[in-house]
Amino acid sequence: MSDFSHEALVKADAHGGVLVEEPVEEGPVDPAKRRAIVGRSPGQLAWARLRRDRVGMTSAYIVLFFIAVGLLAPLISVLYGQSPSDAYPQKLNSLALPLGYYGIDGTHWFGLEPKLGRDLFIHMVYGIRTSLAIGFAAAVITVTLGVVAGVIAGYAGGWLDTVISWVIDFVLALPFLIFALAVVPVAGAMFFEGAEQPSPLFRAGVLISVFAFFGWTSTARLVRGQVLSLREREYIEAARAAGAGTGHILFRQLLPNIWAPILITFSLAVPGYITAEGALSFLNVGIPEPTPSLGRMIFNSTYWIQADPLYTFFPAATLFVVVLTFNLFGDSLRDALDPKSSR
Amino acid sequence: MLRFLVVRLLRGVLTLWVISVVTFAMFFALPTNPASALCGKSCTPERIEEVRRSFGLDRPKVEQYGSYMKGLFVDRQLTEGAAGNKLCEAPCFGFSYVRNQMVGEALRDTFPVTLSLVIPAFIIYILVGVGIGVTSALRRGTAYDKFAVGFSLTGASMQIYSVGLLLMFIFVFSLKIAPPPHYTPITQNPWDWAAGLWIGWASLAFISLAIYARLSRAQMLETLSEDFVRTAQAKGLSKARVYGRHALRAAVTPIVTLAGLDIGFLLGGAVITETTTSVYGVGSLAVEAIRQGDLSIVMATVLIASVFVVVFVVVVDALYAVIDPRVKLS
Repeated sequence: MSDFSHEALVKADAHGGVLVEEPVEEGPVDPAKRRAIVGRSPGQLAWARLRRDRVGMTSAYIVLFFIAVGLLAPLISVLYGQSPSDAYPQKLNSLALPLGYYGIDGTHWFGLEPKLGRDLFIHMVYGIRTSLAIGFAAAVITVTLGVVAGVIAGYAGGWLDTVISWVIDFVLALPFLIFALAVVPVAGAMFFEGAEQPSPLFRAGVLISVFAFFGWTSTARLVRGQVLSLREREYIEAARAAGAGTGHILFRQLLPNIWAPILITFSLAVPGYITAEGALSFLNVGIPEPTPSLGRMIFNSTYWIQADPLYTFFPAATLFVVVLTFNLFGDSLRDALDPKSSR
Repeated sequence: MLRFLVVRLLRGVLTLWVISVVTFAMFFALPTNPASALCGKSCTPERIEEVRRSFGLDRPKVEQYGSYMKGLFVDRQLTEGAAGNKLCEAPCFGFSYVRNQMVGEALRDTFPVTLSLVIPAFIIYILVGVGIGVTSALRRGTAYDKFAVGFSLTGASMQIYSVGLLLMFIFVFSLKIAPPPHYTPITQNPWDWAAGLWIGWASLAFISLAIYARLSRAQMLETLSEDFVRTAQAKGLSKARVYGRHALRAAVTPIVTLAGLDIGFLLGGAVITETTTSVYGVGSLAVEAIRQGDLSIVMATVLIASVFVVVFVVVVDALYAVIDPRVKLS
């Protein structure tokens, strides 16, 4: 992650506004009318920059499209006439492969799943829903935890800072995927015994907790750095001198000035967790059946890749496009909020 | 300098100790019934009882931790049941009741496979990734640069398993020009070793390669705009000397050290790649163990991976201090 410089925004704010030239008319005009100064907040400036970024806007629309697909999955299921649990074994041949061209026809747009004969399109729609739900939930929780820990460490300083920084270093030293792999079955062993299968909701909770445990560190580090540099600024000192309480300084003075890096971290955390969920599901410790998951679909498809490559292609391509557009949007957001940062 | 190294080393040891406690707690203290958790998914009550006695699961947790840790350094005698009277050589990770095998043996068989996968992949992504990044920075704005930027943007959004499956599909199943991935020890036949593993290397290196191409491009561009590069140019040094000696060193050092810290990511990637290419290394062993609920193997892999990462971080820290004289040794 590149260093986040805040100077640009602060400067834009301080000198306030952009000069807007109005068409100069012939003859005597009121000098005040000739050059109107329109004040713009940093937010408006960033928004204007984002609007001009064609890649950013395109990816924003695609991201919104995926969010809509995820939210409206049940509606799509009704309109499309298939549900993820519907199976059509009669449409499979003796090798358990779909009949026709990979089973693609008017009712099954992306064909059928080999062996079980379930509709692939609706599985992808619900898979997007699962990915986004886990991605957003994990990002919200980790970023919140990270901001809280970072603000405490940066603002309180002293031994609290030492302890939190050490914990951050420690957690960063752990190999994330391998620990996640290990935690999932252990968490199962905590609440379930023997062959009893944990429910998908429980697994989702475990995954999000694991992501939260490992993920808060990067945000905390970033926020701590920001708070450390802002803490000594004059305006904070002024607020303190004016008798403002800690709460006021934190929430009204500090936080509004670091929302930009937090927003960027958040927007890049979502695709990160989507990737992580996919990887864990691919390794069979993610979201279990019957909840559709793109990572698990790709894992199941590996066995059929020679006979039915489209079964691998559709979920893999979807996951790729989702993660790519989120990443592109996050990058554009960074460029818009912090034009000075180099990629 | 010496003090810096000692402090880093001590911190590494402390981290390792905390990791060992955390892992131990995870596997022996958190599960409601650690014996059945260690025994695997299909386990009879008698077997569970056997595991309980063999691991001494009735004793206080601190004592259990002590004997597990002691076993890592000195030989340990396992007494009960299936593990009966076997000497578990140090480092002793216990006995796998699912595989009926010492955990150490299973690891010894698979460890070389994972190393053969990880080390070349690491070298590939550092050399190729940084190479692409630096050369595209030097040719900023050209078609090559645009291609490199596009590649690093899209490549970083791919999934390791998708890359692996794509390569397998193209080279093994469709074109049939590559043999199915397999492992031959490098000492036996280096050519076959490479032929069997290159798909694994490529899929493991691909994403990091894209990320590091991007990072090193940005780093190189930043370095090129610095004063010392201009001074070198003004002195009339040749391009090769300015870029090769002055800019490259300053730009690449932080990138390489950063890459060293990413070893945990690489190990995670190895687990996935072993699964996609069906090469049986530590990662496949761990995944299989998780499926069977064989927690003694899972715990050993977690411990080893953490040791690997911590040791690597300490080494990289030390190297960084040696390579880059600007680092403040504190």
